[in-house]
Amino acid sequence: MCADQAIQEPLVKVEGLQKLYPLATGIFKKTSGYIHAVDGLNFEIADGESLALVGESGSGKTTTGKLLVRLIDPTTGAIRMQVDGYEKDIAQLRGAGLKGFRRYVQMIFQDPYESLNPRRTIFDTVAEPLVVQGIGDVAEREQLVAHYLDLVGLSPPDTFLWRFPHELSGGQRQRVAIARALVVVPTFVVADEPTSMLDVSIRTGIMKLMQSLAEQMGVTYLYITHDLAVARYMSNRLAVMYLGKIVEMGEIEELLVNPLHPYTKALLSAVPVPDPSFKRQIPNIKGSISQPINPLPRCRFYDRCPIAAKVCEDNDHPPLDDKGAGHLAACYLI
Amino acid sequence: MTDYVLQVDDLTMHYKTRAGEVSAVNNVTFSLERGKSMGLVGESGCGKTSVAFSLLKLLPDNAYIKNGAIKLNDVDIVPMREEDMRKLRWSKISMVFQAAMNALNPVYKVGDQIIEAMENHNLVETNQAARDHVADLFKLVGLDPKLMDQYPHEYSGGMRQRAVIAMALSCDPDLIIADEPTTALDVIVQDALLREMIELQKNLKMSMIYISHDIAVIAEVTDRIGVMYAGRMAEYGSALEIFKSPLHPYSFGLMSAFPSIIGDKRELTTLPGEPPDLLSPPSGCRFHPRCPFATEICAQETPEFKDMGNQHYVACWHPMEAN
Repeated sequence: MCADQAIQEPLVKVEGLQKLYPLATGIFKKTSGYIHAVDGLNFEIADGESLALVGESGSGKTTTGKLLVRLIDPTTGAIRMQVDGYEKDIAQLRGAGLKGFRRYVQMIFQDPYESLNPRRTIFDTVAEPLVVQGIGDVAEREQLVAHYLDLVGLSPPDTFLWRFPHELSGGQRQRVAIARALVVVPTFVVADEPTSMLDVSIRTGIMKLMQSLAEQMGVTYLYITHDLAVARYMSNRLAVMYLGKIVEMGEIEELLVNPLHPYTKALLSAVPVPDPSFKRQIPNIKGSISQPINPLPRCRFYDRCPIAAKVCEDNDHPPLDDKGAGHLAACYLI
Repeated sequence: MTDYVLQVDDLTMHYKTRAGEVSAVNNVTFSLERGKSMGLVGESGCGKTSVAFSLLKLLPDNAYIKNGAIKLNDVDIVPMREEDMRKLRWSKISMVFQAAMNALNPVYKVGDQIIEAMENHNLVETNQAARDHVADLFKLVGLDPKLMDQYPHEYSGGMRQRAVIAMALSCDPDLIIADEPTTALDVIVQDALLREMIELQKNLKMSMIYISHDIAVIAEVTDRIGVMYAGRMAEYGSALEIFKSPLHPYSFGLMSAFPSIIGDKRELTTLPGEPPDLLSPPSGCRFHPRCPFATEICAQETPEFKDMGNQHYVACWHPMEAN
């Protein structure tokens, strides 16, 4: 699978993607600075792969996901995506172009209790993207919706079509959200913590469902999570974000065994292990995560880094370089 | 004779709802030795928080303890009147809640809130002595004592959770119940707080019940583990033993469904179905509709919660070792 992807054009190519939020202060709401939520991302996602994006809250992972499906507009940067055999810069799309593009990208949200309209039936919810995109007539839509409900494990679909979200459990609701995202047969899906609200015994089912559907339909995922163990099971590659920057990226198994960036090392050693006889190392990190407000021109991780040197303070944030065999890290000292 | 700080015997707690009675805690039996920590693990709605609220007798209006005994220091608190119970709370048994933001009053300084808790138990002689005690507590939980004159909004999430732990420790209780204290925190902050709690528990020889849905956290923090399912205790034993050789198929399923970043990437198993509706729980063993080993008897009769040796209890007709 990997060999094929190497020759192919990547499905998504992100270049210098940035999102700044102005900070308004005082009675005249004067802009006093910017939160650098996402600050100069460069990465590619191959067709059919699943890239996991991990980081602490406030690291910019959800903002990145929303930018890639254009729920929010980037400040600068390009998002090049293969759409129907053509490369398009998603960042520039407006109006009808943007609406047409939504057929190819979809998003699955974290909280299935919030992301479904409580007053609409399951049929209405799942058929909505079809209506918006003008796909099929009423009879065809009903057939399509039933087919996808069946596919996500809500069978027989007839018993679910006319029910309301409050009649379903959390796991079933998340299945509806997955059906809604897939019903337009997208090529790219951003899944933002789709299992973090679910119980362990339900979670594995949803994770496996998403994987098998990706294989069947050839969907490419950006899988956003704070849980490295879940990322390991959902993705082949991992990108670690810290304050709006990707600090490390590579094959997930390689990254777990051989983390390069000091932040990734700390993050990995902080994950609890379900084995009482296992003794973890103490994470080597100082302080706690702050907000990227008007960041100084130095490494973003400088304040918390256990190995920070003068070079990290004197230079701008280090570039994300290949440290060998496709394992990228943004650090001057590696 | 073993010195138990807590002995829960056959505890049943019901909620009255319009749709009928919900048996949230059903015939739960366990005991905790003084100075030890135990974890209560299970999925949402399994009754772990309901057990905690029953132990404190902090029940909502529509809930009542139907049956059973809760012996705190050998005294049954179930028949106790509310005024007597109020004296026990915080001084003998205290709780760290999940949402630290909601557990602190936003308009009072954090230090003053802790002093207020001590005042209510007549533990304050002079203001200065109280402030000194709070300063000691802050140092104990890894907070700068200067922070006691600040308001909750000036604290970060991890700091607030530490402050709530300091408050729970303020009256030197015999037993602390921590209900998902780290669930809302990021891993690095969670790690620091977990280390703090393990230290405190060991150094102060504190008896602790740690409630979580995360078996990895429970594995790291506690000596003993109780696995709850649908209002009942499915298994109770030493953490090492339960992780090494779980006896209940549900504990086994929970562990095999849990991903880890350590070791080889093994296949995760899926438990079929969903937890039952407690308004009309399944007959017999409540896990039988989802259990791969269920036989006829599982649907008909409730298995006894019995000691399989070495104080490893399980409620199952076909414990795992036999399979």
